[in-house]
Amino acid sequence: MVALSDLSTSHGSAAALSRLRKRRRAEVRLKAYGIAAISLAALALVTLMSTVVGQAVDALTETYITLDVPLDPEEIDPEGTGDPAEIGRYNYDGLVKDVLKETFPSVSGRSARRELYGIVSGGAQFELREQVMADPSLLGQTVAVPMLASDVTDLYLKGRYGALRPQDHSGNLSVTLDEDGEVATIESSAPDFANALAEVKDLLSDQAAFLRNQARLQDRGARVFAEDAAEMDESDERTSLLAQSEARAAEADRLLAEADALDVRANADLGQEALTTSAPSLLLQVNGAWIKMTEVSTSGGVGEVLYGQPSAENAAPSEWSYSLHQTPETARKISDRQIAMVEVLKEQGQVEQVFNTRFFSAGDSREPELAGIWGAAVGSFWTMLVTFSLAFPIGVMAAIYLEEFAPKNRFTDFVEVNINNLAAVPSIVFGLLGLAVFLGFFGVPRSSPLAGGIVLALMTLPTIIIASRAAIRAVPPSIRDAALGLGASRLQTSFHHVLPLAMPGILTGTIIGMAQALGETAPLIMIGMVAFIVDIPTGITDSATVLPVQVFRWSDFPERAFEARTAAAICMLLLFLVVMNAIAVFLRKRFERRW
Amino acid sequence: MTNMRMAEQAARHQDNKIEARDVHVYYGANEAIKGVDVDILDKTVTAFIGPSGCGKSTFLRCLNRMNDTIDGCRITGQILMDGDDIYARSVDPVQLRAKVGMVFQKPNPFPKSIYDNVAYGPRIHGLVSNKADLDEVVEKSLRRAAIWDEAKDRLNEPGTGLSGGQQQRLCIARAIATAPEVLLMDEPCSALDPIATAQIEELIDELRSSFSVVIVTHSMQQAARVSQKTAFFHLGEVMEYDDTPKIFTNPENPKTQDYITGRYG
Amino acid sequence: MIGTAFLIVIGLAFMFMALARRQAFGVADGNLAQLHSRPGYHGLYAFLIAALAGSATLMVVTIGGNIAINAALMSQIADALPDALRIERQLVLSDAIALAEGRLSSQDDALRQAVAVRFTQLEGMRVWGALGLGLIVASLTGGQALRSVSLGFRARNRSEQILRGILAACAVIAVLTTIGIVLSLIFETLSFFDKIGWRVDKYLFGTRWSPLSGVSAGQMDPDRVGAVPLFAGTFLITIIAMLVAVPIGLFAAIYLSDFASKRVRAIAKPMLEILAGVPTVVYGFFAAITVAPFIRRTGESIGLDVASESALAAGVVMGIMIIPFISSLSDDVINAVPQSLRDGSYGLGATKAETIRQVVLPAALPGIVSAVLLGISRAVGETMIVVMAAGQGANLTLNPLEAVTTVTVQIVMLITGDTEASTAAGPAFTLGFTLFCITLALNIYALRTVRKYREMYD
Repeated sequence: MVALSDLSTSHGSAAALSRLRKRRRAEVRLKAYGIAAISLAALALVTLMSTVVGQAVDALTETYITLDVPLDPEEIDPEGTGDPAEIGRYNYDGLVKDVLKETFPSVSGRSARRELYGIVSGGAQFELREQVMADPSLLGQTVAVPMLASDVTDLYLKGRYGALRPQDHSGNLSVTLDEDGEVATIESSAPDFANALAEVKDLLSDQAAFLRNQARLQDRGARVFAEDAAEMDESDERTSLLAQSEARAAEADRLLAEADALDVRANADLGQEALTTSAPSLLLQVNGAWIKMTEVSTSGGVGEVLYGQPSAENAAPSEWSYSLHQTPETARKISDRQIAMVEVLKEQGQVEQVFNTRFFSAGDSREPELAGIWGAAVGSFWTMLVTFSLAFPIGVMAAIYLEEFAPKNRFTDFVEVNINNLAAVPSIVFGLLGLAVFLGFFGVPRSSPLAGGIVLALMTLPTIIIASRAAIRAVPPSIRDAALGLGASRLQTSFHHVLPLAMPGILTGTIIGMAQALGETAPLIMIGMVAFIVDIPTGITDSATVLPVQVFRWSDFPERAFEARTAAAICMLLLFLVVMNAIAVFLRKRFERRW
Repeated sequence: MTNMRMAEQAARHQDNKIEARDVHVYYGANEAIKGVDVDILDKTVTAFIGPSGCGKSTFLRCLNRMNDTIDGCRITGQILMDGDDIYARSVDPVQLRAKVGMVFQKPNPFPKSIYDNVAYGPRIHGLVSNKADLDEVVEKSLRRAAIWDEAKDRLNEPGTGLSGGQQQRLCIARAIATAPEVLLMDEPCSALDPIATAQIEELIDELRSSFSVVIVTHSMQQAARVSQKTAFFHLGEVMEYDDTPKIFTNPENPKTQDYITGRYG
Repeated sequence: MIGTAFLIVIGLAFMFMALARRQAFGVADGNLAQLHSRPGYHGLYAFLIAALAGSATLMVVTIGGNIAINAALMSQIADALPDALRIERQLVLSDAIALAEGRLSSQDDALRQAVAVRFTQLEGMRVWGALGLGLIVASLTGGQALRSVSLGFRARNRSEQILRGILAACAVIAVLTTIGIVLSLIFETLSFFDKIGWRVDKYLFGTRWSPLSGVSAGQMDPDRVGAVPLFAGTFLITIIAMLVAVPIGLFAAIYLSDFASKRVRAIAKPMLEILAGVPTVVYGFFAAITVAPFIRRTGESIGLDVASESALAAGVVMGIMIIPFISSLSDDVINAVPQSLRDGSYGLGATKAETIRQVVLPAALPGIVSAVLLGISRAVGETMIVVMAAGQGANLTLNPLEAVTTVTVQIVMLITGDTEASTAAGPAFTLGFTLFCITLALNIYALRTVRKYREMYD
């Protein structure tokens, strides 16, 4: 028997108190889950934003290398016409290359030349051409021309490929060259290279450890095969499994032997070690010339001349230096020779970094250092213009009809369900609709802002209709009654009285819809706005791309410099979205009335 | 004399379930209750009457600290239950509300079965340890709330399927099942028809045998019918607090007189 | 061209508007009160009927002309090349049009030149015919409106009727869009099914997806159009996304609606809104640049082999994208649970946690379920994240560390790939149709549940 009155005594009991503590703990737990959830969402947002902004910083500056360009009128304008068109016909690519060869005369051989040409952008010649065409009086002078550096040079100077670390040294250096002047033998009077040698030996140890690990895996494989073989009845299969097992055991032994040999080398105090492709780069600088070491011992080694005339006899410590680049040459885009040349140019003050205005004014390009977002921004503008001029009037009129005129019947219900469903249809399906109907059937030009704008308008329409209906519904009926009571028709009431009052809400919804459309990518890819378009679109029927699609395209390119540009394009996109949403919030705060 | 007064005070303490001393309630800067002193007797029905917005519901919600759930609500003064300050730091409102049950203006059964509605309190407070005891508590509570006959065949149906009056009695059963000592009722009949109201009123009278009941009501007739003590609230103050018959027949305060004679409401 | 013609017709309509207004003033003869409708309405009426009739004629002639020209040119080509396939004839036609418009064509021969000349003629006829007919019809209707200007003419009622029709037409555009989607998808889907010999079962249950590798003579190999790996990939990524989004979104909503102080809410809500406003392409970039390498490194450090385009990376980022969606919808439904239920529970001495778990959540459950369903529908249809961060090979696996592909990725690959559009469109539109059907079913069910739920507590 339980008496209710007895139960009430249990409220203050010790059991109830301990139970209460447990209940309170459960509450704290639930609260903690909530805080954790919010924090995770915040963490995601912060990581996302910091990734994007952190990456985008690199795109804010670009690098110029100033080189003296002799503009020979005999070559460029042999007839002496002074006509820009004539001047423009000259081979400026060759001129840029000649200037580079002049700057680094000792660089010879095809591949070395290619590396040399690679430090400036392929676009430098066009800028030079334009400069000369714009001012033919430059002909006959030697002009210091800032040339756009290539993306690789630019990223190196921004430290994206790791940095050169100068090493301590105290000895006098002697360098002797072989007959071709390409291989140098290096000898220092002090054990200056001990550090570098230690690094190389560490690497050997690492390699040995890796091989041991491989050997262990092989060994395990051998055991598995042997066990399988033991369980086999068929002698044929058994033999083949045993053979497998033995092969693996042998491989394991070979790897172990190799590892042992490496360890011996790693642990030996002295000796001369080769710098393999996976080793750090060791660059030696003497007499303004650069050597890449290929073998190193504690006090010297052998090197390959990258640039210049490095032979030296007892050069004092102040006359030479050497640096170490941790990333092996094969693991970065910039070669050791290019590093040497860029460092020389930098030392001579010919390198400068300036704010990247090009990024905000140029169209797309295959070369990251030449690529800009202006084309995509203009494309976005035209597309949004089309979207707005279709979606806004249609959306508002549809909302007015549904709220003020539509009879409450099954068809209206159907329209309403339809609108709600359209709001949740995947955007890519709208792209397919655009592809089949507007491109295929109505013949709207492919890749054009017109096509994109129509598709986005259809996508945005439900958002605008839903927001507009809510805004219209919020206008109190008393206002309608007042207008109708004065003899206004229902249409006049709607347009003269209800619509102006609902406008802030409608505009807010429209801006939010437009912001969605501005960030939309998939449907535009479907209708071909993903094409490579260099020109800035001048109208709604030109081929164009838009900001988010530009982001998508760039993110697909392998060049590392595009990563920064992708991130910068995202920043621009986000900036536009923030501005639009800020306007929406402002409208809502400033004008929205509550009845 | 002194002895007598002390004895009298002790006796009063025994009879007084709840004592409110100089209670003020603020919503932000707005003072909703302006210094209320009321003693609530055990095993008695006390009615709070007064015009709308006079603070009677607010004061009622102070008695089980329901105002704690409202942002920006601040309370000063003292409310003692069995001599202990219910606003003391050591008091957990959750525990307090188990002892001071509440029934609301609009019936608010949970969207669960009738059984689960009633079993909710005993379950969360761990009042019973096995299913059989729980069944018994549910049945007793439903019986006390005079709804057993209507509900016994549909215990597993949702409580929201009952009629308004039944729902309110279910809510009373739900409150009883938690085994409270005080039952607060915030205009429990205002959403009900006259027949349901009569049933609830009968129930309230019946409940007096085990609980101290505090009822906020709009209807003076109701207060007269069910209560033994009545407090008249006006603009956040208690104008008059006395035995119900006295308030209705011979009020001391002219404002009370005006209210019960219908000068304003 | 057509745009200019349209502007000319509208200009004509404006002229009729001015004329009708003047005439109305004339008829009223200084006493405007005699007129049933104010002169402005007579003008409006004239404008509306002239513009509507004129531009409708323009449109019909333009589109009809387009179809007629195509048919005429195709029959000309068919006469010249009786043995050629339809696709080859179409190529000739598009070359000829390119020639006529002065663009580069793939080939240039006598037939193409002849067709180009014919195209130029017909195109000229079409444009001038459209403009001429449009102007004639606009003048006739405008003239009619001018003649009908009189004291008793109910120009206001008439023009309002027309405007109302226009409003209704705008509302119907949503329906037309749906119809357009269904028709365009169904058309290609049926032709695709025809190409695989109506082996729909092979499409729905086959496990090998490589539709473009088995194309021969317009037919496709039914054994290579099995979409199960795509469905499985979509399913896998969706599951991962929901595993991330549902708990985080739901707990966030619970915290924000019942625990958070005003200040926390003022910070957290806009934060979630920002998360919701980030374009999906940005999430895709985030997934590809940050999350996928991170998961790969983490996996490697504990000895797991993780694909660089793992389903996990795409799924997690998609989950982050859906968090605000789930949390705001859940927040709505949790807030819609009446305070009286909460009060009832608190009044019985329940803690907040108990109230939420045992009263609020069960009451809000239908709404939360539909929020989750809508979230699933978004995840299934999401494109950019998976295009940028998920794999492209049809790989049938449920291992989240491997690369899988999804329906949307395949649509994008097919449409943007190098294969000829008419071949790739079949499987792409069929996948699109499948996607549309799945999301439509989810949406309808979820929206209906939400609606019922709203009505319950309204």
